Amino acid sequence: MSDDVLRIRTPIGIQYTFSAGPHTSSHLHGLMEGKFIGRRCPSCHLVYMPPRNGTCAKCGVLLAEDVEVGPAGTITTFCIVNVPFLGQTIKIPYVSATILLDGAGLGMQHLIQEIEADEVRMGMRVEPVWKPREEWEPSLANVTHFRPTGEPDADFESFGGHL
Amino acid sequence: MRDVAIIASAQARNVSSTTSTPVEMLMPVVDQALVNAGMQRSEIGFWCHGSCDYMTGQPFSFVMAVDALGAWPPIVESHVEADGAFALYEAWLKIQTGEVDTALVFGNGRSSSGDINRIMTLQLDPYVVAPLWPDDRSIAAIQARACLESGAITARQMAEVASRNHRNAMSNPNALRSGEYDIDELLAAALVADPLRALDCPAHADGVTAVVIAAGDVARSLSKRSGTRPAWIRGIDHRIDSQNLGNRAITSLPSAELAAHKAGVGNDKVDVAELHAPFSHQEVLLTHALALGVDTDINPSGGALCGNPMMSAGLARLAEAAARIGDGSADRAVGHASSGPWMQQNLVCVLEGD
Repeated sequence: MSDDVLRIRTPIGIQYTFSAGPHTSSHLHGLMEGKFIGRRCPSCHLVYMPPRNGTCAKCGVLLAEDVEVGPAGTITTFCIVNVPFLGQTIKIPYVSATILLDGAGLGMQHLIQEIEADEVRMGMRVEPVWKPREEWEPSLANVTHFRPTGEPDADFESFGGHL
Repeated sequence: MRDVAIIASAQARNVSSTTSTPVEMLMPVVDQALVNAGMQRSEIGFWCHGSCDYMTGQPFSFVMAVDALGAWPPIVESHVEADGAFALYEAWLKIQTGEVDTALVFGNGRSSSGDINRIMTLQLDPYVVAPLWPDDRSIAAIQARACLESGAITARQMAEVASRNHRNAMSNPNALRSGEYDIDELLAAALVADPLRALDCPAHADGVTAVVIAAGDVARSLSKRSGTRPAWIRGIDHRIDSQNLGNRAITSLPSAELAAHKAGVGNDKVDVAELHAPFSHQEVLLTHALALGVDTDINPSGGALCGNPMMSAGLARLAEAAARIGDGSADRAVGHASSGPWMQQNLVCVLEGD
């Protein structure tokens, strides 16, 4: 019994070439120019941001034309992160929010900074803070965070349908 | 048992690589299958998908595929981590339960995402075989070597299979590889994994197949509406051999023999057989296992040798067999799908016209 092998290591290494596809590529190219590019569903007219997979999941059709959205948006909902975890790079407590960019039909996730966590509200108007242009990649990480614009909060009716 | 028929299908043209995402590849094929069936999405009772996360390198990547289906209002769907042909079996069972009358089955794979020969290694026993990293082609070559040395098949038979499939593929617009090859020319070609030559090995491809199946009177009325001839599933069965390569019959396919027997392949003549044999020697083994005679037209599509989109190629064989019933060139056809090293799993489907 004491001679039983209880554990072995069998490392696996496979390399993959990931392709974003033509629809998401258009969005990623936009990020290289400091723009948020979404895509509109030709059937229900919802603007997907980002245009994940290039399809409208509700209608089952390919998305059609590019639509520039934002740059400002509205916090639809949020959570305050209080728990430390391995690899955490942001000082707790911090806010992770769903932001409905102006003109977009779906909210996207991002960080809210430059405000105390307990002052963040649903309906708060926010704008992106971009990294220095020379650090831009085809990634939403070009935006380090969103911060309050100082505008009055949006009416609940303007974003309530996106919760 | 409820009568169930394949009433329509669609395939993407096999390509060696694409920059489209799996969902972008799926959507036009799913749409085309619906058009060919003359159906709206809302008329599909059950959706069933076959794919493999190892090919995309993304856990739960199959969940994304639902984006191609227009899943609102909510749909009833399922997924198998296998070729779409095995998803068709699940859909056939679902119809047998009486819960639904129609199903759209699809299989897709993007073989170009990584080194497919190496990715296939991960289907082997993870403790004692996979750590040695034998690639898919090498595993197949061991089987081919055993078949040749035992006298079960000859190198000339392998070349004949390669030659016929590539010739047949010339009339299949979806095939990736095709052409006229002289048998002696094939036998003189360089070895890539002794005793396999390049055209003994599958043309790995990115591809999609979608098939619509329906029960009894629903199938009859849908086929009447779209002006097509349904291919009735008269027998369908799938069987599996041991995962332990050392514990397997290497020059025969017991699971294919059993599946063929259970599906009733030998009960009548077989006009056409579409066999999912990725390697040339495997087609010879399958022909023996299914006891197919010289009067059976084997792989008029060119088979998986000429276009092998993983997780779609088996369902494509069923679609091709059904299409031969549909166009009247066959009254009784066999569609076969396989999976695993040395064709460990075998699904056999007998199709008949009215």
